[in-house]
Amino acid sequence: MDITVLDEYFYTEEHEWAKIEGKRAKIGISDYAQQKLGDITYVEPAEIGKGVKQFEFLTGIESVKAASDIYAPLSGTIVSFNDSLNQAPELVNRSCYGEGWIVEIELSDPGESKNLMDAAGYREYAGGLE
Amino acid sequence: MEPKHTPLHNEHVRLNAVMAPFAGWDMPIHYGSILDEARHARDAVSIFDTSHMGEFIVKERAGSSSLDRAVTIPVAKMKIKRCRYGFLLTEEGKLLDDLIAYRIEDGQWMLVVNAGTVDKDFRVIQERLSSDASIENISEATVKIDVQGPRSLEVMKALVGDTIKKLTYYGLDFFNLMGGTFLISRTGYTGELGYEIYIDSRKGADLWKQLLSHPAVKPAGLGARDILRLEMGLPLYGNEFTEETTPLDGGMERFLDMDKDFTGKQALLEQQKRGVVRRLAGFTVDGRRTPRHGNRILAELNEVGFVTSGVFSPHLNRGIGMGYIDAGRSGPGGEISIDTGKGEIRAVLEPVPFLKNTSIKYSEA
Repeated sequence: MDITVLDEYFYTEEHEWAKIEGKRAKIGISDYAQQKLGDITYVEPAEIGKGVKQFEFLTGIESVKAASDIYAPLSGTIVSFNDSLNQAPELVNRSCYGEGWIVEIELSDPGESKNLMDAAGYREYAGGLE
Repeated sequence: MEPKHTPLHNEHVRLNAVMAPFAGWDMPIHYGSILDEARHARDAVSIFDTSHMGEFIVKERAGSSSLDRAVTIPVAKMKIKRCRYGFLLTEEGKLLDDLIAYRIEDGQWMLVVNAGTVDKDFRVIQERLSSDASIENISEATVKIDVQGPRSLEVMKALVGDTIKKLTYYGLDFFNLMGGTFLISRTGYTGELGYEIYIDSRKGADLWKQLLSHPAVKPAGLGARDILRLEMGLPLYGNEFTEETTPLDGGMERFLDMDKDFTGKQALLEQQKRGVVRRLAGFTVDGRRTPRHGNRILAELNEVGFVTSGVFSPHLNRGIGMGYIDAGRSGPGGEISIDTGKGEIRAVLEPVPFLKNTSIKYSEA
């Protein structure tokens, strides 16, 4: 499986990514995840203002194949949900690192990124799966 | 056990198909996108490798009627070169399989059965046939390709010539092509105008490539096939039908010929008198969430049934499904809630097919 991994992002073992910009992070799922899930048909709108903890449940996602959970790569408060996904969840397939982002979080502890993989680490991790 | 390969396996690998085991076979699930493949079948033409399905040839002379009693289909009454859908039942009226009978000629039929039930069906039918009848399993030697979509006549004309036009809905005929004999029927599992082609497995790959060379044609996998059949409310053996259900539970009365004798008839007559407890019904979801096989169905907080199949319909842009629901609550318009294990989905019972006005009954006249 050929997968795209972007350098400036952090990754989890569950195939979420986080792009940290100052005190906030955008969150989505990796190319590996979107390819494995297949056509995305629904992304559960996350509740704005809700607090989330690193590696705990963030929101749900459904594909033609299955329903799955998305876990928070970092702790914080949900400040926005990508509303375009309500009408066009296929954006996650088309542009998983860009227009297909899922939520934005106000970080409570940016230092938690040390628990995540960088691009090189994730490339090796995901490359070893099949 | 290693899943079996159809004779078209190399073609699927060449097309980068995502493969997965289904009913003992390694089958293409999709070639890139399940939703795109489902859309293409309703816009143009899709081809499906359905060689995993089983085919039996049954021979029985006129006047003898053991095959007629073995299945619900009135095989003795069928016209030559016609197909009919029906069931193989236990004495208790339970579904061993659903199948299509092809009346090939006087005293000869082809039965097309599901992949997962081939061996069981063969054994049961063989036991029920009289000693002067014969049954042969030709599944291994047969490649089956489904050609489905509103433009499939155009594709079949390019393959077979203008004579294909004489095939009417549920008709069949033989055609000499590519140095062999093709059995083609105007049947399918998508709700679109379509054909099913049965040929010698050694010619399978050539036919597959020939069909793909037409610009309107794309390959589609079992993922799209499941969406297409469910959009039409067509049952799948193993989901809607099992050895726990009868054709009456499934609302399949129109496919039963109660004027003739068949195994299971007595039990069905008795069930008819008692009334069914749970009935198969279709439902559409309020939104894009997908109900899944096995989810509980609730109404006013009571458990009233379970989901047998669910998909996201790319043509209705919502989740759709079928399930067994308490007979008193199974009528159209009823509001239900589906417990997915990850929250509840609201849905409304709706008559099938969910999609109307497809190309299935197209006629040139």
